[in-house]
Amino acid sequence: MGRIVLENVVKNFGETQVIPPLNLTIKDGEFAVFVGPSGCGKSTLLRLIAGLEDTTAGKVVIDDQDVTEVSPSKRGLAMVFQSYALYPHMTVRKNIAFPMRMAGMDEAEQNKRIEAAATALNLTDYLDRKPGQLSGGQRQRVAIGRAIVREPSAFLFDEPLSNLDAALRVGMRLEISEMHKRMKTTMVYVTHDQVEAMTMADKIVVLQAGVIEQVGSPLDLYHAPRNVFVAGFIGSPKMNLLEGPEAKKHKAKTIGIRPEHIEVSTKSKKGAWKGTVGVAEHLGSDTFIHIHGIEGCDPLTVRAAGDVAVKHGDTVYLTPDPKLIHKFDDEGLRIS
Amino acid sequence: MAIVAQNSKFGTFGRPILAWAVALLFFFPIFWLVFTSFKTDADAVNPEFLFFFTPTLENYANMTENYDYWHFATNSIVTSVLATAVALVVGIPAAYAMAFNPSRHTKDILMWMLSTKMLPAAAVLYPMTFLAKGLGIYDTHFVIILVLTLVNLPIVIWMLFTYFKEIPKDIIEAAQMDGISTWGEIKEILIPLAWGGIAATALLTFIFCWNEAYWTVRLTTTEASTLSALIEGNRAPEGLFFGRLSAVSAAAVGPIVVLGWFCQKQLVRGLSFGAVK
Repeated sequence: MGRIVLENVVKNFGETQVIPPLNLTIKDGEFAVFVGPSGCGKSTLLRLIAGLEDTTAGKVVIDDQDVTEVSPSKRGLAMVFQSYALYPHMTVRKNIAFPMRMAGMDEAEQNKRIEAAATALNLTDYLDRKPGQLSGGQRQRVAIGRAIVREPSAFLFDEPLSNLDAALRVGMRLEISEMHKRMKTTMVYVTHDQVEAMTMADKIVVLQAGVIEQVGSPLDLYHAPRNVFVAGFIGSPKMNLLEGPEAKKHKAKTIGIRPEHIEVSTKSKKGAWKGTVGVAEHLGSDTFIHIHGIEGCDPLTVRAAGDVAVKHGDTVYLTPDPKLIHKFDDEGLRIS
Repeated sequence: MAIVAQNSKFGTFGRPILAWAVALLFFFPIFWLVFTSFKTDADAVNPEFLFFFTPTLENYANMTENYDYWHFATNSIVTSVLATAVALVVGIPAAYAMAFNPSRHTKDILMWMLSTKMLPAAAVLYPMTFLAKGLGIYDTHFVIILVLTLVNLPIVIWMLFTYFKEIPKDIIEAAQMDGISTWGEIKEILIPLAWGGIAATALLTFIFCWNEAYWTVRLTTTEASTLSALIEGNRAPEGLFFGRLSAVSAAAVGPIVVLGWFCQKQLVRGLSFGAVK
């Protein structure tokens, strides 16, 4: 079990309110991702669930038990930190055994779990090394191993991949996703990387300034962002947001169109937007074209096929797919 | 042309020469102390024998014959070791609390503790003496250990606080998630990780205790007197017993110089810690 409910949770640091009253339910077995820009309160929210921060008001409920006043170790959760937070003076084996030793588990059971975790995480050859002798990816695996052996009701991940290089990050992302599919344990994952959020989550919670902007599945957020902030935050490359006459045509303050929903042509077309290519990024599979000269959005980004041959200074004509234009009102909220 | 930093003449020759000059300047008093300790009292004040004289061990022999050097040395060791130990036992939890669970007033408390070091010892001489006598602890090991501990505690807490601050908070929090107790945090995480810092602090405190003279001289007569009291006892305003005084002083600072020599690395780290982060 691992159902986490936040009821009117508030967090103040001195006079500053970082989390205004907030409600959220994470179902048992769900992979929930908190995503948002730096300083949006996502890590604070995770630490409130972990018990590493005290709530100013409200309740934290895990499996129908109010744990607001319960110490971190008694909440049945395990946490993986961005900095790995391994015990540098202990070997990998001792690091993984640490929570079990603290719980007074008998040694045979400890060894059994260590072996199982080490096998699952490819750490068998490194059990007698110290963290200083391991690479970043291996250290993060040890941190995950230390969390697994506790058999927690939920895992908390605080930006666990931020310190890894790009290639390793993709690999670890898959490993964590697979681990979730296999174990079916609740996972709460904090990241500022929307690609991680989209690829891993069952449920994404988009935060800004401590406020939940939208909760939903990755595709819900992609197809129907609730407001301009979510529209701009989810999706890569970012959605193009246009204001001005083009938006007025759709009776909206702002319209949004994703780079992959715009057709690009070098031939003049009726009703198309005319612009000049600033930079064309050829990735092989795709071409990201950054276009200047479109009123209300500069530069505008288009995602075209890999073989589109445009270069700096070319004139291009753009036709957005009218069915896939998102409209937002004066307050930035979606007009359905 | 690319700009490449050139080795300056100062860097190659000047700096080592300057370093040696400073080192010799600091070492000279110790050298002269030991040098003089091999002269007779008469030779020590006679300019004719400033550099050339017949060395003698008389002063060292007298030291154990005329008075019990070992009695004072034992007192020094007992009081310094125990005061250092007590200061650490009190200081480690205090510094831990301030480093990892700071309150709004932590900075003020640290400043206040340091400010007690600004109080001239002479200002509390009478209250301290009367208290010690009134409580019947005058001239006991207990009062010396107590005073040495209290005098050094601010420095101990400040140093340990700086070392503990270096330990990433994440590690402590990970341990808390893993179900560690407060005592466990200190024993399993803090002490092993800050071991170098704790050793440096202990060493410096020990040296301070060993060299302390104001209180050890004034709160003892014979029973609990330390080596600093012995040196004090050999001081004569006329300067007639320079040879003897030098021998006593050399024998008093000897152990600490040797200890310092072997622990140079730790000491340097302890003194320069926090300077470069």
